[in-house]
Amino acid sequence: MAKGYQLSREKDGTIRLSGQISLPQVPLFLKEMERIFREENQASFKIDLTDLEGVDSAGALALAQLEETGKAILKGMTEEVRRVFELIDRDTIHQPPLHEAEQRTPLFESVGALCIKMAYDFVTLMTFAGELIISLPYCLFHPRSLRWNDIFRNMKRTGVDALPIVGLLSLLIGLIMAFMSSLQLKQLGANIYVASLVGIAIIKELGPMMTAIIVAGRSGSAFAAEIGTMIVNEEVDALTTMGFHPIRFLAIPKIIATAIVVPLLTLYAMMFGILGGLIVGIIGLDITLTTYLRESLRVVDVWDVTTSLIKAFTFALLIAGVGCHRGFQVSGGAEAVGEATTSAVVTSIFLIIVADAAYAVILHYIG
Amino acid sequence: MEEAIIVENLTAAYGDNVILTDVSFRVLRGEIFAIAGGSGCGKSTLLKYLIGLYRPEVGRVIVEGVDIAQADDDTINAHRRKFGVLFQSGGLIGSMTLAENIALPLKETLHLPSPFLTYLVRAKLGMVNLAGYENHYPAELSGGMKKRAGLARAIALDPAILFFDEPTAGLDPVTSREIYELISIINRGMKTTMVIVTHDLDLIFRLAHEVILLDGEKKGIIARGKPEELKSFTRDRRVQAFFQRDTR
Repeated sequence: MAKGYQLSREKDGTIRLSGQISLPQVPLFLKEMERIFREENQASFKIDLTDLEGVDSAGALALAQLEETGKAILKGMTEEVRRVFELIDRDTIHQPPLHEAEQRTPLFESVGALCIKMAYDFVTLMTFAGELIISLPYCLFHPRSLRWNDIFRNMKRTGVDALPIVGLLSLLIGLIMAFMSSLQLKQLGANIYVASLVGIAIIKELGPMMTAIIVAGRSGSAFAAEIGTMIVNEEVDALTTMGFHPIRFLAIPKIIATAIVVPLLTLYAMMFGILGGLIVGIIGLDITLTTYLRESLRVVDVWDVTTSLIKAFTFALLIAGVGCHRGFQVSGGAEAVGEATTSAVVTSIFLIIVADAAYAVILHYIG
Repeated sequence: MEEAIIVENLTAAYGDNVILTDVSFRVLRGEIFAIAGGSGCGKSTLLKYLIGLYRPEVGRVIVEGVDIAQADDDTINAHRRKFGVLFQSGGLIGSMTLAENIALPLKETLHLPSPFLTYLVRAKLGMVNLAGYENHYPAELSGGMKKRAGLARAIALDPAILFFDEPTAGLDPVTSREIYELISIINRGMKTTMVIVTHDLDLIFRLAHEVILLDGEKKGIIARGKPEELKSFTRDRRVQAFFQRDTR
């Protein structure tokens, strides 16, 4: 880096500076001064600035800091240099911060804070659920208050746009399950049970669960981001001041749309999952199409499909509810929107699994 | 006086949508140059060409000796360090404290000793009357404070040119005057060239040495000169309508 200043010494030890000291030269200048201070053990050094043609604010600050250490005494400041010095208010530099810098929190305190946050989260989630429970019947009895265009738009975004990914992933899961299970069942001569295994797994568990996880990742996060950004841009405040109920206006259309499309997507996922198993059965295990389908239908009945669709409906309410709730919790800026989006996905997936476990127990006892 | 910026026959467009045609002007080193005009006349678009966010396809933009159209990406990136930009909303990074925001360009370009970096950051905050706010996050600040913090970051590298996009938009008169004062102090103290995109007449008359007025219909400059001259001597109705508004 070009050296814009020159440093020379006079007989009496005075340091004479000439040229220009600007930001790019400051690191070198500070290093050079530190070396002089270290090597020559003097109480203080006079720095003559008479020949210094100019400084920028960083150069002036470097000189000011040296002066404050008590090691340097500045003299002969030209008008040019003084003008820049006048920009610096030294009192403000030493003013203590109004906020302390964030400290690393001790472990126990962090755990405690996390517990309080989780409890608070639970309370706000329940409050939000309560508001939804009040708002949903209102909308059902006042259908004109619903924004049908928004519902259709959300159905397209959540349902139709998700068809390729849901179809592909379900097909692959069906393929993988059939292939992996066939490796074991082949040894026992029980190839035909591949169809039963895939059928039960896809229809009872993986179909609803996989669809819900994909929808949580695609749409739950999008709901949180959309509402969160609207909060940051004061759009939600604008809606409130115009007399709209933000939950009815923003959350209800999303929840209704998701509740309609997720069970349909689940049915679609089930079909593709079974198709995946069927491909392995026909190509790899020499099972005929009719045998495979007959075996699948033997182990799965309408009750299984119905309960899975009820599960999917519950998952849909959880995904859309959590996504909207996290969106409404945003305060601050872009970072808070990002946090809400992540939290929407994580919370949704957690609640989906909890709900699935609850359903497993309930359905076991119902029969 | 040497020119800091030269714009020659610039045509600014978004695809087929032409915003400005045949725009030419020069900004002298150390002067405060205002780009004025009504909403949608292309002021902010022009600014984006000046700071190298858009490359001119027709015409030339030369900033501090570098032809923006000809220079490669690395040259433009290195060149951008010579200028600071104050964006309309401050452009502060929300996940960083003010101190971290201001230190960001300094850490990226130089290896300054840590105590000096802290000293410099505090001094910059002091310059914009935000002493003590180093540990605050942008979300904790008012609109005016965000702009001042944005200005502190813009001057962190002691740039040769400072660009301002509507520095007083959305601010109350008292806060606006604080911004005028800061712009004026920095211009006088450091002789920084300043280009201000604005429709704030008070700012233009108080600070600008030279002004150009853009017009959306003509898609170009309809007046140029010193603000007082434009206010007093123009015969063009559009220019009169702009400059003779009551600013009391």
